[in-house]
Amino acid sequence: MYSTKYIKPNSTSEALEAVKSMGEGKFLAGGMTLIPTLKQRLASPDGLVDISGCDLDSISDEGDAIKIGAMTKHASVAESDLVKKAVPALAKLADGIGDRQVRNRGTLGGSVANNDPSACYPSAVLALKAIVHTNTRSIEADEFFTGMFETALEENEMIEAISFSKPTKANYVKFPNPASRYAMVGVFVAQFNDGVRVAVTGAGEGGVFRHAEMEAALSSNYNADALSALEISSEGLISDLHASPEYRANLIKEMTKRAVV
Amino acid sequence: MNEVTKIDGIGSSVRRTEDKKFLTGKGRYTDDINRPGQVQAYFLRSDVAHAEIKSIDTKAAQSAPGVVGVFTGSDIAADKVGGPICGWVVPCRDGSSTKEPPHPLLAQGKVRFVGDAVAVVVAETMEQAKSAAELIDVDYNELTPVVDFVNADKGAQIHEEVPNNCYFDWELGDESATNKAIKSAAKVVKLSVRNNRLVPNAMEPRSALAEYDSLDESYTLHTTSQNPHLTRLVLAAFMFAIPESKLRVIAPDVGGGFGSKIYVYIEEAVCVWASKKIGRPVKWTADRTQAFLTDCHGRDHANDVQLALDDNNKIIGLRVDTVCNLGAYLSAFSVVVPTILHGTLLSGQYDIPAIYTNVKGMATNTVNVDAYRGAGRPEATYLLERTMETAAREVGMDPAEFRRINFIPKDAFPYQTQVALQYDIGDYEPHLDKAMEMIDYSNFEKRRAEAAKRGMYRGIGMSSYIEACGLAPSAVVGALGGRVGQWESASVRVNPTGTISVFTGSHSHGQGHATTFAQIVADKLGIPIENVEVIHGDTDKTPFGMGSYGSRSLASGGSAISKAVDKIINKSKKIAAHLLEASEDDIDFKDGKFVVGGTDKEKAFGEIALAAYVPHNYPLETLEPGLEENAFYDPTNFVFPSGTHIAEVEIDPATGVVEVVDWAACDDFGNLVNPMIVEGQVHGGIAQGIGQALLEDAHYDENGQLLTASYMDYCMPRADDLPSFKVGYTNTPCTHNDLGVKGCGEAGAIASPPALINAVIDALSPLGVTDMSMPATPQKVWKAIQESQSVAAE
Repeated sequence: MYSTKYIKPNSTSEALEAVKSMGEGKFLAGGMTLIPTLKQRLASPDGLVDISGCDLDSISDEGDAIKIGAMTKHASVAESDLVKKAVPALAKLADGIGDRQVRNRGTLGGSVANNDPSACYPSAVLALKAIVHTNTRSIEADEFFTGMFETALEENEMIEAISFSKPTKANYVKFPNPASRYAMVGVFVAQFNDGVRVAVTGAGEGGVFRHAEMEAALSSNYNADALSALEISSEGLISDLHASPEYRANLIKEMTKRAVV
Repeated sequence: MNEVTKIDGIGSSVRRTEDKKFLTGKGRYTDDINRPGQVQAYFLRSDVAHAEIKSIDTKAAQSAPGVVGVFTGSDIAADKVGGPICGWVVPCRDGSSTKEPPHPLLAQGKVRFVGDAVAVVVAETMEQAKSAAELIDVDYNELTPVVDFVNADKGAQIHEEVPNNCYFDWELGDESATNKAIKSAAKVVKLSVRNNRLVPNAMEPRSALAEYDSLDESYTLHTTSQNPHLTRLVLAAFMFAIPESKLRVIAPDVGGGFGSKIYVYIEEAVCVWASKKIGRPVKWTADRTQAFLTDCHGRDHANDVQLALDDNNKIIGLRVDTVCNLGAYLSAFSVVVPTILHGTLLSGQYDIPAIYTNVKGMATNTVNVDAYRGAGRPEATYLLERTMETAAREVGMDPAEFRRINFIPKDAFPYQTQVALQYDIGDYEPHLDKAMEMIDYSNFEKRRAEAAKRGMYRGIGMSSYIEACGLAPSAVVGALGGRVGQWESASVRVNPTGTISVFTGSHSHGQGHATTFAQIVADKLGIPIENVEVIHGDTDKTPFGMGSYGSRSLASGGSAISKAVDKIINKSKKIAAHLLEASEDDIDFKDGKFVVGGTDKEKAFGEIALAAYVPHNYPLETLEPGLEENAFYDPTNFVFPSGTHIAEVEIDPATGVVEVVDWAACDDFGNLVNPMIVEGQVHGGIAQGIGQALLEDAHYDENGQLLTASYMDYCMPRADDLPSFKVGYTNTPCTHNDLGVKGCGEAGAIASPPALINAVIDALSPLGVTDMSMPATPQKVWKAIQESQSVAAE
């Protein structure tokens, strides 16, 4: 990697100050994507602001929602009694990210801010009507993800926490890429009193997306059979070495069926 | 047997004595070693597959911070340093020999694959070297890359010396007899298969640390090698034209090789050269990306098979036409792998009266292809065992029965195949029977029906393989085009207190030689294994050796140790006879003691050792003092392990996922020295075979870019991809080595891919699927199911 500055402030305000002072500075969360990128010399920021000392790793019950700090590690979400009770699907998702080492370093905020098209968390954010709390505002999930590796975050805007609505029922099922074990298709299904939301990750050329037809079908009948007659379009789906758009379309339907139990 | 040999000797599953350091992270690998004043080398590599180099401007890099030197091909050429050589060539059908284009250490005028080294930057730190390399400006005139090896003859010529991009066009066997058999056959089974290209992925990436001593004008090279003496020979004699005595090569702990660390690579040679040029120790260590791009890959064959059967389903002929990809340059054993190590195995376990094979080795703009666990034998076994199962299906026979009626009968050994090899011994039905029993073959249809109820397709497939390990004898190897000997050496030094230092020419990079070899010595001398130390991997310590590859270490290296120990025992008897005042003929050696037959007069082995070094009472007139013996063992034949593996799979039609649900491996490795280590080798081999059959695929795009250049896209087998293996053995001891041993290191990787693909096809056969290429990925299997259903619907 290129040499760069590294600082670890103790508060979000100090962190914001620091990143602004840097020209092209970068927040460092768990570093699961950023550090490999730096090591491969694919990025050369003027400095790294490590926000692991900013007290952003709490999990709290907000009544209708669970609020999780941006720096909460996947392992902490997976092990949280609060999450396991209120949204077991979210704990399950966190428990299936990467491997043990990744889960003990990677963070919720880092994953969501990066919006990797194959990451698991964005599907939960979208399906669970989450609100992304930043240092300046609160952004609704439907407004947050704007494209592959793209989000509504402004320059130097920092995710502080994410509130996930509590569903009446939810599940996450993914089909891992055989090599990387990122989601080749991951489907988060969440049932609320006003309908069902289905968010698909790993498959869309524009990153995570909601699947309107499956949402409609499951809203009227929350049963795998309700999907049988649906033809899932392969348009706009990723094509790579491991899966054609047609195969991904098949997996979207299959993973959704498996999620609806 | 006494107590000691029961615990430590041959046949005992002694825990690996070397594991403590490895499991506690204390292994000492090349990159762990640092020398005072050391600098780092970084290679600038071509990012295009095929191009002429118009110019290289290194000016800016030369003056970058920390840079000690920047060198290109012209610097190497000016010093007249040669490149890597090919260790084995074969004749072509037209009477010419293999075309051997030069392989410069750094590109001269042309780059031929993505990863080809264009320049080397030597700097105080690796980061400085990398930064300086970014300042080098290379102007390329890009040429059309040749990637599709099957049609490489029609592509742009890669080497001046290699017309039609064909390194060799070789044949073996009787073409007219084989064609006649095919013409007169009751049935001819035809199959075209591809053996997918693999990246070796040793856990430790390659590394080299070279140091030049200007006072005695000698070099020391630490390197990740499976055979340090061969590395020394090639570097000293063929590249630098220096006396071998002026180059010490040390291969310390090496973290896996699988064949990829047999050859001398350009990086270690450049480090040696630069260490003198700069006058400081030069280190280079590959990162994983460089490993993907520049370690020799494996396999990459296309085979067309024709199997001729008579009315009774007996095989009467086999013809195999093969095209294989050898990549941009000829690597050390790249020629022998698809020819001698492949064509000679085509008879498998079967009595086939006529065989003919033609192999064309092609140049492409991809990294070199060379030996990878199994090296030629997996390719031969895959095409043959796929064809056997296809034939059985086509003639409506149970695949086990079809194999059984075609096996070489037990009483036919030694058996002369139609493809040069003579199998010394074997007995194939017992391992087929045992494997079938282990997997409960007779109740398979019940399991298939049960799976169908759950909506799953269940299949079973087998593979009865043979392999040839321990290339030998040297004279035959030479006659077949080999340029090296194929013996192995050992030196056994008895220390004055009776402990033993064993110096072996074999090299351990994970195989457990420190344990297995010590067991042989402990067993033969009747002493505890703790008293035996095994030393390897240093050309200044061990006698000249050929290293480890081709499952040769025990059969060749172990036998050499055994012979050296025999010499120790013979001399010890003479010393014992003197001390016991008896005739040498009356001395028996048993359980570590020299006893005068029929008396209670005895001397322990330790007393003999002491007498040899403190010869106060010693027959000095007739016997030299000391107790140390060498042996160089040149085997009289290959050894021929064989076995049957049976795989059982379940396929989820909704996703195409193949789950390996059961595996039975029954192998005949001859006598086992350490069954636990052998079982580990079988497990590892099967894991690699499952990797090839289901997961792994090195994929270049049409521009010659390796798309699977990281673990994000190259799928290595993980523990949860594998079932629990059922491992069993039969034993027909090798007839021509003292230990009765064969080889076990590659068997799993050779046997398993066809068994697994046969099982996948069996699972899908109710849908009419008759073929499946490797790797059988979920997408590919799902697509096959979809296509079969759409065919059924029509």
